[in-house]
Formats: sequence, structure tokens, C-alpha cells
Amino acid sequence: MTEPVRNRPEFRNINAFADLPSYRLPAAGWVSILHRISGALMFLLLPFIIWLFDKSISSEISFAKFKAAFNIGVGIYPAWFISLVTLALVWAYLHHLIAGLRHLYMDATHSVDKAFSYRSAVFTLALSLGLTVLLGAKLFSLY
Amino acid sequence: MTDSIGSKRLVVGAHYGLRDWLAQRITATLMALFTLLVLLQLIFSSGPIGYDTWAGIFNPQWMRALTFTVILALTYHVWVGMRDIWMDYIKPVGIRLGLQIFTIVWLLSCMGWAVQVLWRF
Repeated sequence: MTEPVRNRPEFRNINAFADLPSYRLPAAGWVSILHRISGALMFLLLPFIIWLFDKSISSEISFAKFKAAFNIGVGIYPAWFISLVTLALVWAYLHHLIAGLRHLYMDATHSVDKAFSYRSAVFTLALSLGLTVLLGAKLFSLY
Repeated sequence: MTDSIGSKRLVVGAHYGLRDWLAQRITATLMALFTLLVLLQLIFSSGPIGYDTWAGIFNPQWMRALTFTVILALTYHVWVGMRDIWMDYIKPVGIRLGLQIFTIVWLLSCMGWAVQVLWRF
């Protein structure tokens, strides 16, 4: 049987509440933590995503309800709230996808130098936020 | 140190290896390609996108089968990702186990529902 190593030294040198707010993350750091946050957000909202898929695809009648959720609202949730949550999901998906493609590209090409890390991180943040604004405007019927 | 290798190595955690790293990338690639496939079908559809266009994309049996596979890929991908988050931030073993069980229940429930929706319409 395996015996876990006892009394491994633990080094705890940061305090999440006192130290983290004063940390200045580099762009790649922002991409990294937002990759986690966006993933966790989509995990928690998975039932909502499946509900949207269900309503959009089950029948003509449910499709009308799907559209109404964004125009009139559904149950106790007003349309603006449904749209706002969907906008958060749109951002989460775009950021997670683009940051993921960045990972795959870095794995495939061994592009692990500091300059590429910075450039691609800024590109990831700009593209995901830009597309979110673009699709968000559509979601809120601005064009 | 030497007595913690081989059959006596520490076997807790994330398997310390290639398997989940590779699985995460393969499932991610599959989902990215699937996104592209759905997006292209939407872009090249004619007229405004209504119910017929949308349901038409998922109607062929091969598309349902592929979507099913993507749902499985997504479930595994999210499991690996969420487990990493719990392992990084949640140190008490009991709470971590509880959250991991919650993750599995949540994911399998969602998976079942998604598959039902997929083959019901």
C-alpha cells in the first residue's frame, strides 16, 4: 500500500484578501484567470444553456417562447435580465474559446516567449471583448 | 525521497500526467470545430434564421450523433476543468470531495437533459 508523504512543507506567502487586490497582473495573467472564471460561469449556467437549447429547438411553439424570453421575459425574469445573463455567457464563451485557441497554438508551435505571450494575450482580450460588444449590441436590438 | 517513487509514489491528485492534459485539448478542438460547423451552416443559410433553419441544422441523424459526441466531450472537459479549480483553491478534503461530487451530479444531470432534448424534437 502507498504511504502518503507526511509533513510536507507548505509555503503560504500570500493572503487572498490583503495581497491579491494590490497585485498587478500582466495581460497573460488576466487571460488566465478570466479563462477560469469564464469556464466556471458556463459550468454554473449549464442548465440555463440547455434550457435555451430546449426552447429553441423543440417546436415552433417553444421557439416562440425562446424569442419571447428575450423580448418580454419568462416567468419572474424580465427580458433585460435574460439578455444580460446571455450576454455574460456570450463573453464567457468567446473568451474561453479564444484563450483556448491561444493555448493550442502555443502548444503546437512552442511559442512560449514573453513577447508572444503578451501580444497574444492582448489580442485575446481585445477580440473577445470586441466581439462581445458587437454581439451584445445585436442582443439588445441596437442594430 | 527515494522511498516515494515506483509503487510507493504519492497517488493522490490529478494523475500528474499526460492523460487529462491531452483529453482537455482533444475535447476542446472537437468543440471548436463543432462551433465552426454550426456557425457556417447559420451563415450560409438563406433568409432570416427561424425555427426551420435552426432545427434543420440539428435534424440529420449524423448531426444528432455528432452533437451527442460533443455533449460527452463537453462533460469530460468541464469535469477536468472544474476539478482543477477545486484542487487549486479548496484545501479541506471533505469540502473538496463534496464539491467534486456536486460537479459530477450537476454535469451528468445536464448531460442527460441535453441528450433528451437532442433526440426529442
